[in-house]
Amino acid sequence: MNVIVQSELGPGATVIVDRSALDSLLAAIAAQGYHVVGPTVGDGAIVYGDVSSSAELPVGWSDEQDGGTYRLRRRDDQAVFGYAVGPQSWKQFLHPPNLRLWRARRGEDGTGLEILEEPTPSPRYAFIGVRSCELHAIAIQDQVFLPGAHPDRAYAARREDILLVAVNCGEPGGTCFCVSMDTGPKASSGYDLALTEVLDGERHHFVVEVGTDRGALVLADVPHRAAHDADLAAAAEVTAGAVARMGREMPAVDLRALLLANYEHPRWDDVAERCLTCGNCTMVCPTCFCTSVEDTADLAGDEAERWRRWDSCFSLSFSHLTGGDARSSSRSRYRQWMTHKLATWVDQFGTSGCVGCGRCITWCPVGIDITEEVSAILSNPTPSADAT
Amino acid sequence: MNEPSGKPKLAVWKFSSCDGCQLSLLSCEDELLTLVGQVDIAYFLEASRATVEGPYDLSLVEGSITTEQDAERIHRVRRMSRRLVTIGACATAGGIQGLRNFTDVEDFVTAVYPTPAYVSTLEHSTPISAHVPVDFELQGCPVNKYQLLEVIRAALGDRRPNIPSESVCQECKRRGNTCVMVAYGTPCLGPVTHAGCGALCPSYNRGCYGCYGPMESPNTEALTGWLRKLDYDDVDLVRVYRTFNASAPAFRNESERHDPSA
Ligand code: SF4
Ligand code: SF4
Ligand code: SF4
Ligand code: SF4
Repeated sequence: MNVIVQSELGPGATVIVDRSALDSLLAAIAAQGYHVVGPTVGDGAIVYGDVSSSAELPVGWSDEQDGGTYRLRRRDDQAVFGYAVGPQSWKQFLHPPNLRLWRARRGEDGTGLEILEEPTPSPRYAFIGVRSCELHAIAIQDQVFLPGAHPDRAYAARREDILLVAVNCGEPGGTCFCVSMDTGPKASSGYDLALTEVLDGERHHFVVEVGTDRGALVLADVPHRAAHDADLAAAAEVTAGAVARMGREMPAVDLRALLLANYEHPRWDDVAERCLTCGNCTMVCPTCFCTSVEDTADLAGDEAERWRRWDSCFSLSFSHLTGGDARSSSRSRYRQWMTHKLATWVDQFGTSGCVGCGRCITWCPVGIDITEEVSAILSNPTPSADAT
Repeated sequence: MNEPSGKPKLAVWKFSSCDGCQLSLLSCEDELLTLVGQVDIAYFLEASRATVEGPYDLSLVEGSITTEQDAERIHRVRRMSRRLVTIGACATAGGIQGLRNFTDVEDFVTAVYPTPAYVSTLEHSTPISAHVPVDFELQGCPVNKYQLLEVIRAALGDRRPNIPSESVCQECKRRGNTCVMVAYGTPCLGPVTHAGCGALCPSYNRGCYGCYGPMESPNTEALTGWLRKLDYDDVDLVRVYRTFNASAPAFRNESERHDPSA
């Protein structure tokens, strides 16, 4: 009997979990020692925090998003995942905004130096409600932090052993454009479990796709039943609806070639007039990874600490070199950001650096829209520029 | 130059100001004892009447220049100081008393004082840097005590202080706040304001009113365009840019663009 259940629930399996069993799913995850984090309503937006029951999830909430505006809205149903991504992303857990790297202390006798290594915790997070764009963003940050001879220890430790419970979007935000980035709205890989919420009339359940053995192990302790063709069709309809209601679209062209050929485009001057160089776009972007490293010492000069904190290519100090700031104009800073996201990221890491989540559009205090900026360059590209 | 103790000498000077920035130093309760172990607090009238003669290794200067006497005194302070660091909105930008710079100072004098004849003051309130060379300017109204300690530590260690000049927004985001402007439509000067406070006001769901003064590359004009969408009119715009850092060039220029009397 056990053997049959196991094989039924292996990777690739699809089952139905009723809304009433969602708490049992959360409990099963917690029971396996995961630190469960998920969406909650707080501080005027949907943000990520500790979750122990489904009542703490944003049940019956949605959002309205546009360039520079976000509003929480009540839904007229009790959907659990009926909203798009908010200002935060999972990077705050895997790549914390402020992180002490190590401490150093002067030796007891006043000479020598003792380095105190910083412990790297592995909190074994379970992320609940991870959207497809966010799975792609995590995969992109994996490429940034993990490969090579020197993986980032802090990231690797936090990333290890996490459980990713994805949710296929049914309610895209007004600034989402994952369809045109080929990153959503349905999770295609990288999850342990993927849920599609089906809610019509009396029927309220999740079509759950199993991605890994780890996901299957959790699900084994949760009441579930077989999924029928009609259930799969209902789930497909949720995704089709999300595709049809996608808020925005990135032009379907070779973005890398377009941007590299348009380094001197007048649109960079235009956006520089609007851009505040505030750095919000980089802070909210789930793939932006840049940090600065700062040393501090106590007044007596006996103890020193090295901290790493999120930095932004919109800060002057980011490009500070002997002799001055390499990117002193706003034009060059915005251009650096957008060109890195969409063009040079491909050269560096093999994929685009943008997953179409729309955060940089919504959370830009003046609503600057990356899709609109690309369209403007595309509609009137600089002739004769060399695409290398 | 050092005392026989071998410790560097610290002086704290006050010009036209409210004393709030000096108080930031006194409120470093936990660190004060260590500080006294590292430097000789040679001149700090707010803390002690006992003074030691100059020259001083580090002078912290609070306040703006608003009188003839002070305009002379600051030169004496400069001559006695190896390093001179200005602290606070008054010393770095002219302070709230810089509001006089937009009007006739006599109007204020007659409105505020019962016997205006006793008041002798300059027409403008100016930052210290308008009078003498300054080694570092620490913004804020009042300054952040941890940043103040960093400035002192940096001076003791002969290095550049680590004081980011980016926007308040970056601190706001690192703190995990939801943007009050985007989520509530609350006007916020964070995007044009110098970091340092740790995004205090937005952390309590209020817009930033710019008490740390302009950030490194403030695009006030672009922010103004957005504030208009949030129903700000000319009067609101003049008010919002004209507070503690009214005379900082970026804020002054922006308020003047909307001031019909300018
Ligand atoms: S660039 Fe913007 S839309 Fe693209 S991943 Fe970053 S925040 Fe999302
Ligand atoms: S694009 Fe928007 S969020 Fe990004 S730096 Fe410019 S104004 Fe700030
Ligand atoms: S609340 Fe203000 S300081 Fe914070 S991100 Fe928004 S605009 Fe910037
Ligand atoms: S948020 Fe703005 S007004 Fe509030 S303390 Fe910081 S700089 Fe001052």
